Amino acid sequence: MIEAIRDAMDVSMARDERVIVYGEDVGFFGGVFRCTQGLQAKYGKSRCFDAPISEAGIVGSAIGMAAYGLKPCVEVQFADYVYPAYDQIVSEAARLRYRSNGDFTCPIVVRMPTGGGIFGGQTHSQSPEALFTHVSGLKVVVPSNPHDAKGLLIAAIEDPDPVIFLEPKRLYNGPFDGHHERPVTPWSKHDLGEVADGHYTVPLGKAVIRRPGAAVTVLAYGTMVYVAQAAAEETGIDAEIIDLRTLLPLDLETIVASVRKTGRCVVVHEATLTSGFGAELSALVQENCFYHLEAPVARVAGWDTPYPHAQEWDYFPGPARLGRALLETMEA
Amino acid sequence: MADAGMLRFHVPEPEVRPGGTPDFSDVTIPKAGSVPRPGIDVDPRTIRDLAFSIIRVLNRSGEAVGPWAGLLSDDELLEGLRHMMTLRSFDARMQMAQRQGKTSFYMQHLGEEAVSCAFRKALAPGDMNFPTYRQAGLLIADGYPMVTMMNQIYSNEADPLKGRQLPIMYSSKEHGFFSISGNLATQYIQAVGWAMASAISNDSKIAAAWIGDGSTAESDFHSALVFASTYKAPVVLNVVNNQWAISTFQGIARGGSGTFAARGLGFGIPSLRVDGNDYLAVHAVAKWAAERARNNLGPTLVEYVTYRVGAHSSSDDPSAYRPKAESDAWPLGDPIVRLKNHLIQRGVWSDERHTQAEAEILETVIAAQREAERHGTLHAGGKPSARDMFEGVYAEMPPHLRRQRQQAGV
Repeated sequence: MIEAIRDAMDVSMARDERVIVYGEDVGFFGGVFRCTQGLQAKYGKSRCFDAPISEAGIVGSAIGMAAYGLKPCVEVQFADYVYPAYDQIVSEAARLRYRSNGDFTCPIVVRMPTGGGIFGGQTHSQSPEALFTHVSGLKVVVPSNPHDAKGLLIAAIEDPDPVIFLEPKRLYNGPFDGHHERPVTPWSKHDLGEVADGHYTVPLGKAVIRRPGAAVTVLAYGTMVYVAQAAAEETGIDAEIIDLRTLLPLDLETIVASVRKTGRCVVVHEATLTSGFGAELSALVQENCFYHLEAPVARVAGWDTPYPHAQEWDYFPGPARLGRALLETMEA
Repeated sequence: MADAGMLRFHVPEPEVRPGGTPDFSDVTIPKAGSVPRPGIDVDPRTIRDLAFSIIRVLNRSGEAVGPWAGLLSDDELLEGLRHMMTLRSFDARMQMAQRQGKTSFYMQHLGEEAVSCAFRKALAPGDMNFPTYRQAGLLIADGYPMVTMMNQIYSNEADPLKGRQLPIMYSSKEHGFFSISGNLATQYIQAVGWAMASAISNDSKIAAAWIGDGSTAESDFHSALVFASTYKAPVVLNVVNNQWAISTFQGIARGGSGTFAARGLGFGIPSLRVDGNDYLAVHAVAKWAAERARNNLGPTLVEYVTYRVGAHSSSDDPSAYRPKAESDAWPLGDPIVRLKNHLIQRGVWSDERHTQAEAEILETVIAAQREAERHGTLHAGGKPSARDMFEGVYAEMPPHLRRQRQQAGV
């Protein structure tokens, strides 16, 4: 998936010289996850460079560049470090078009690795998507595989509005279903590991059904797509798994059609439960599918604690936890 | 080791509070014309003292003296005087309009007119300002229509921002005036980013960042200085030190730093202090900094030493935290009076013509106000539609906003 993300920036930089890439360790070294490797050598230091360790500075300067007419795609090294830039994202990037009535706009992409599963402890594991889906004016994207990651990132770079692009870091090197005790599967052995050359986009705001099913709808994104697939297989429940891909704007149509068909819904995310994006999903399903529901909408999420280090697998909502929720929802 | 023992907590206090006698004896005012004018390619290490002095051109007799004088013609100075008088008159009318309930909020420039009016004349077309809420002189001096400003203040049917923004939070790309946020200091690093973009694009345009003394405490100010210094961005970093951040005196943000200009020294940025009530000095220093930026010499930090004579905003009452007569004691005087005296001294202006100009300007402002009010005020007459509220959040309205607009029935 790292190569796919790099390829998306490469393709975009080749097509449009307004696309600029920078962030901490992003230039010469190519980023701590190597997502920008080779871009400085190929496009020069004016278009791909190292930034000081100041997330507010990185995003704030990107907003200024966008106001000038460039299209910056910046990296925040870990989503856990985005908070110094939160004011710039929430009060500035998200509102610039609105408050200036289109006099100035902010076509920026803020990429950041998200989620746990790599023993990163509480400062390298968080999933802050709900902090961004609550903000009008932003778009929030979470890819789950290399094909989508490339197409969604190109679409995000070409989008006229600010996009928060959360890359599940546990998926960088292969699909991960929560079975940490098993060997890592590389993307080369997965259908969606195949990434087409050149330019293509995956549209923002469109979900996709990863596994058709009739018994229960699972709403997932990022790493949880694979956890859901494992849970469905292990419980033998004929779950329909929807990969949301874009959280804001949300593809409500696909969700509603599925839940009206299955009559049951389980929402899963790695982020903490309370006021998480699952709360929004659960409310939307209730508002739109109440008379089709045969069981309460269940939520499976990270516990409401900071992300622990040693207890990573007790915290992580794996297939066993999701499987139990699926069984309970089927029995309800 | 002399003072070991119990630790004491230190909170700076202004010299005087309400009821006291205003005292600016600690503010050292160098003689006009006494500060040298280095070449724009000067080694910043050799001009560190400029961050602790005050560049002044107009002396007490109204003469323009010293190496920073002589850049503007009489006609340009007369135009500058008119801009400042217009801004003051505009402020007075709009402040009154707010008191009459025609809008919710207003912020005036009283005493600080020279800073933004003179600065604007040092820029070239296409340059971009990232202003705070107290730089409307940038618009006035660039010929932005007063009626449009008033339409924005009134949030009426002709408001270019469709009623979405608090009064005076203007935006005009055409006039090099970036959309005002209202969140403090955020624009400072954005200005640096804009300047970086201009350099990346091998353009010739420069940016100007604006901030008040109080907001220099925000981290965005410091990240802006880092980025400007690292990438040698073509930007002028302006700090308007008007002594007061609402009720908080400038010592709270300044701390142990001798001056706000001195903040730039650690970043290797040439940093100058200038008499903010001296139209000629402001213009000359701005021009120097702009030329540096345009010649790939990088950023310059400029501290404008001035005084906020009025309240912070229409919601503020300064008599609660500073002596009423403090502004009269301010040692740098009034920017309009000083330029007026200079022009009289040069024989191109007179008290009579000044009085006449005041009346003419007031008439122009009133005419603009009448025209704006034909389009409505905040609570009366034409106003933006509720439908406008849902537009422009994104380039294309997403389904959830479409549903909410239907739900709102607009």
